[in-house]
Amino acid sequence: MTTQSETWPTTESARRPWVDELQQWLTTVDHKRIGILYVLVAILFLVVGGIEASLIRIQLIRAGNDFLGPQTFNQLFTLHGTTMIFFVAMPLMFGFANYLVPLMIGARDMAFPRLNAFSLWLTVSGGFLLYYSLVGGYGLYGAGSAPDVGWFAYAPLTSKTFSPGHSTDYWTLALLVSGFGSIATAINIITTVLCLRCPGMTLGKMPLFVWLSVAMAILAILAIGPLTAAQAMLMIDRYLGGHFFDTQAGGSAVLWMHFFWVFGHPEVYVLVIPAFGIASEVIPVFSRKAIFGYPIMVGASLAIAFISISVWAHHMFTVGMTPAGNTFFVLSTMAIAVPTGIKIFNWLATMWGGRIEFRTPMLFCVAFLFQFLLAGLTGVMLSAAPFNWQLSGSYFVVAHFHYVIVGAILFCAFAAFYYWYPKVTGRMLSETLGKLHFWLFVVGFHLTFDTMHVPGLLGMPRRIYTYETGRGWEGWNAVVTVGAVIQGVAIVIFVINLARAALKGPKAGNDPWDAWTLEWSTTSPPPEYNFATLPVVRSRRPLWDLKHPEDPDWKYE
Amino acid sequence: MLDFASQGIGSVWATAPGVPLSPTNIFAPASTPAESIHQLALFILVVTAAIFLVVFTLLTFAVVRFRRRPGDPSGEPPQVYGSQQIELAWTIIPVLIVVVLFLSTSRVIFELQQPPRPPGAVVVTAIGHQFWWEYRYPGLKVVTANELHVPISDPARPTPTFLELWSADTDHSFWVPRLAGKTDLIPNRRNEMWIEPREPGLYLGQCAQYCGTQHAKMLLRVYAHTPEDFERWVKAQALPAKEDPSVARGRRIFETTSCVNCHTVVGTAASGRFGPDLTHLMSRETLASGVVPNNRESLRRWLENPSAIKPGALMPPMGLAADELDAMTDYLSSLH
Amino acid sequence: MTHLAGTLEIEPRTLPSKGKVGMLTLIAAESAIFVIFVIAYLFYAGKSLSGPTTAILRPPIFFTICLLSSSFTVHLAVGALRRGRWAPFVGWWVLTFTLGALFLIGTGLEWKHLIGEGLTIRANLLGTTYYSLVGLHALHVLVGLVLLGAVTVFALLRKVGQAQAEKVDVLSLYWHFVDAVWVVVFTVVYVVGR
Repeated sequence: MTTQSETWPTTESARRPWVDELQQWLTTVDHKRIGILYVLVAILFLVVGGIEASLIRIQLIRAGNDFLGPQTFNQLFTLHGTTMIFFVAMPLMFGFANYLVPLMIGARDMAFPRLNAFSLWLTVSGGFLLYYSLVGGYGLYGAGSAPDVGWFAYAPLTSKTFSPGHSTDYWTLALLVSGFGSIATAINIITTVLCLRCPGMTLGKMPLFVWLSVAMAILAILAIGPLTAAQAMLMIDRYLGGHFFDTQAGGSAVLWMHFFWVFGHPEVYVLVIPAFGIASEVIPVFSRKAIFGYPIMVGASLAIAFISISVWAHHMFTVGMTPAGNTFFVLSTMAIAVPTGIKIFNWLATMWGGRIEFRTPMLFCVAFLFQFLLAGLTGVMLSAAPFNWQLSGSYFVVAHFHYVIVGAILFCAFAAFYYWYPKVTGRMLSETLGKLHFWLFVVGFHLTFDTMHVPGLLGMPRRIYTYETGRGWEGWNAVVTVGAVIQGVAIVIFVINLARAALKGPKAGNDPWDAWTLEWSTTSPPPEYNFATLPVVRSRRPLWDLKHPEDPDWKYE
Repeated sequence: MLDFASQGIGSVWATAPGVPLSPTNIFAPASTPAESIHQLALFILVVTAAIFLVVFTLLTFAVVRFRRRPGDPSGEPPQVYGSQQIELAWTIIPVLIVVVLFLSTSRVIFELQQPPRPPGAVVVTAIGHQFWWEYRYPGLKVVTANELHVPISDPARPTPTFLELWSADTDHSFWVPRLAGKTDLIPNRRNEMWIEPREPGLYLGQCAQYCGTQHAKMLLRVYAHTPEDFERWVKAQALPAKEDPSVARGRRIFETTSCVNCHTVVGTAASGRFGPDLTHLMSRETLASGVVPNNRESLRRWLENPSAIKPGALMPPMGLAADELDAMTDYLSSLH
Repeated sequence: MTHLAGTLEIEPRTLPSKGKVGMLTLIAAESAIFVIFVIAYLFYAGKSLSGPTTAILRPPIFFTICLLSSSFTVHLAVGALRRGRWAPFVGWWVLTFTLGALFLIGTGLEWKHLIGEGLTIRANLLGTTYYSLVGLHALHVLVGLVLLGAVTVFALLRKVGQAQAEKVDVLSLYWHFVDAVWVVVFTVVYVVGR
């Protein structure tokens, strides 16, 4: 053992110089360390994106405000959206998947550990490129300029004519680079799950988080390509004189929209599907019951993933498609509500008849259920094309998607943090600080995002740096801003909790939650090789079987 | 000159049916397409509210009823793995709801996108620019900017307004919530929408598709007139520019500075198409697409430096001396 | 924590090979990229406002035959390597490389001809979509040639034997993909799109 202790991380802290430790982390190919690094990167960008949002909210707190000029504001909302989606939510979900999937299937690591590390550093490079635009946008010797074309960068606003300089190129390159990383991660996840499961773990016995990670990866494989292609076309237009989106040469601005949203809609499912996976792990454990309807949950998740590829033009109801075209996308979008609703009902049925323990992970999941319900219903409103003709491009849409991204995805991410932090670090997070974080965040979230629907209904478009008095939008906007401040405070408490517990939290042990999946069968934190002996499983809840030998799951599955 | 300042805003509040929350409230429709959308919206709201109440209640009940209590027996509760019948039930009911919602929605789509075009319909070509709106009435030989004038419509003799939507540069979107849903203006593409206001008044909106720096200030003002008032407006707009010898100096400066490269004043040498038509500039209530009121002070400030009022506006400051600015302002103020 | 399942028989199973699954997933992702370029090509077919039309395109029959036969030769190469026969492997492998290189040369010649006729990437919509689609494919052929070349070098250094057959087979999957894409591109550009 002694020769190994210099290179394997163990629970005893080896007195290594910090430079060595840093080098170990920077060159790691261990899925657990890569997962942690992804999450740390996500938290860093979460703070940056949050600051951007706060600046936006300060500017919008009253009509005719002059805290920010239009150029800066337009850059801020572009950076905010791009950062939150590509450098917070995606790395967060990839981080969780990286850490948990091999452990949950009883494997040693991901299928391609070096590719895994490469993906991580591609993502980091992408983030760096995006923010380098602040200094490099117009070339090193001029004033820098961040992209200001919105996160979906519609043509022809992105052509050289309307976006001279390099700000748009930083947007394009940052996402091209990180896009390759995302595709590589997706390849890794699918290969890992198909090829490295431990004996006895058929596909039908994998934890739902693993299934949903696969669904996420399949979507990423199919969806990121279109974005890469569209961005390559944009670069060809901007630098090689191409005409893909050059309306003066007969090109089509709508074609960019189609290509972008063929990526963009599945992309948001790439983000929410892992959130479903988290909920499907946490809710059963804290209800003390198996997930209700496992096969249906798998089927519904795959259905959602595949239907999501056919709904994209519901982002384009206002561009003047034919009635038949509009009708098709109404149908496909409404159809996706069915498997989504089924999942909510299954989670409800899991809690039904259980003995629910309201520890912090479960608090976040319960809030997720209520909030995702509402978000889904505003989605149904948006799916009705004529209603969409009023609602789209307004703060109603902004409220809807933040309800999903914050209210569902981020809440599940918080649940994941509180649930798996003990496994990752070997220490428990503070339950008191956790509850404080939760309640503050819930209050702030609802103050902001419930209220935000109203200005949309009263005609306030999105992406405006200021607005007129007399439109009836002010009071609502002020309330929205106040809620944002509260959420910021809650995040600070969360980060403090993470840091304090790492140093002084109580020891967690292998299985602090009395849970049932394989990651809880090894130490906290796991050794680098994950499992001392290869696990062999017989049901979906191997630890339940062990703890309840008289009543094992495999008798009922 | 038709005076809307007192009649316009006041009538907006008066006609907003009990909802004085906002002049751009989508739930205060004042035109046929907006009304159709409103009906559909209310129906969908009722259905989704019902779903919300049912599921919310069930969730709340579960969370309260099934929480662990001190008196609970030790050990785990009975494990239930699933139920085919329940799964079937909560699949079929949502499918039925979706079918109902889908059918009612598609009916409205076809109704609004394939409207009949009565002979009295007014046709306007709207061209979106960074950051202003151009309106051309091909049948009536009227060209104006930023303030759209239309007649109200009477069910006995319908006179809706059909808008052909084009763009000269990037994507824009025409959104006046009380009159209709929004439709985008996309370069190299022809889009169409229609409005049919029933009450005279001023209807507000703004561009709803991010189009660049001053997207926020590309405001919309739609004036709905009685048929007689509309006729009068059209007649006045179709005339060439008023000639006033007392502002000859300003007119000379206008015609010899590059103003004429961008602007048109009918009856003069100015025939540029890049900027708004100024022939009847003084018939408008606002300048710079709704951003400032149309008075001498705002006009002079705009001429001196457009970016002082609307940073990022594409009109450059012309670098005129103070007395030239005054003369130019005088000239433009004569264009009723 | 050993046998969590207690004593029981686990059905024997063979899980698929990592290399194959990884490569197939990569191929799926790449296909998504190509599909978008194909859609753009078809969408803009006939819509150029000016400039050369598809009349100047000459279907590269010979070079297509080269590329498609290289799929056959790479298949033979892998088969030979699986049976541990080094010399036939190297022979078929180098032939594959040559056929691929010929294809690229052919593409270059075709482009030289088209540029002479006035079709450049900036000429019109046809130019933009043609060079992008065919160019994207040619780029993938180039990458394939680099990889084939690397394996050739390793083979000549006697580092490629039967034990590496699986990895070489995975690489050949990529080569088959490149050929399959060409079938699609050829059909779209030289058959359907005219």
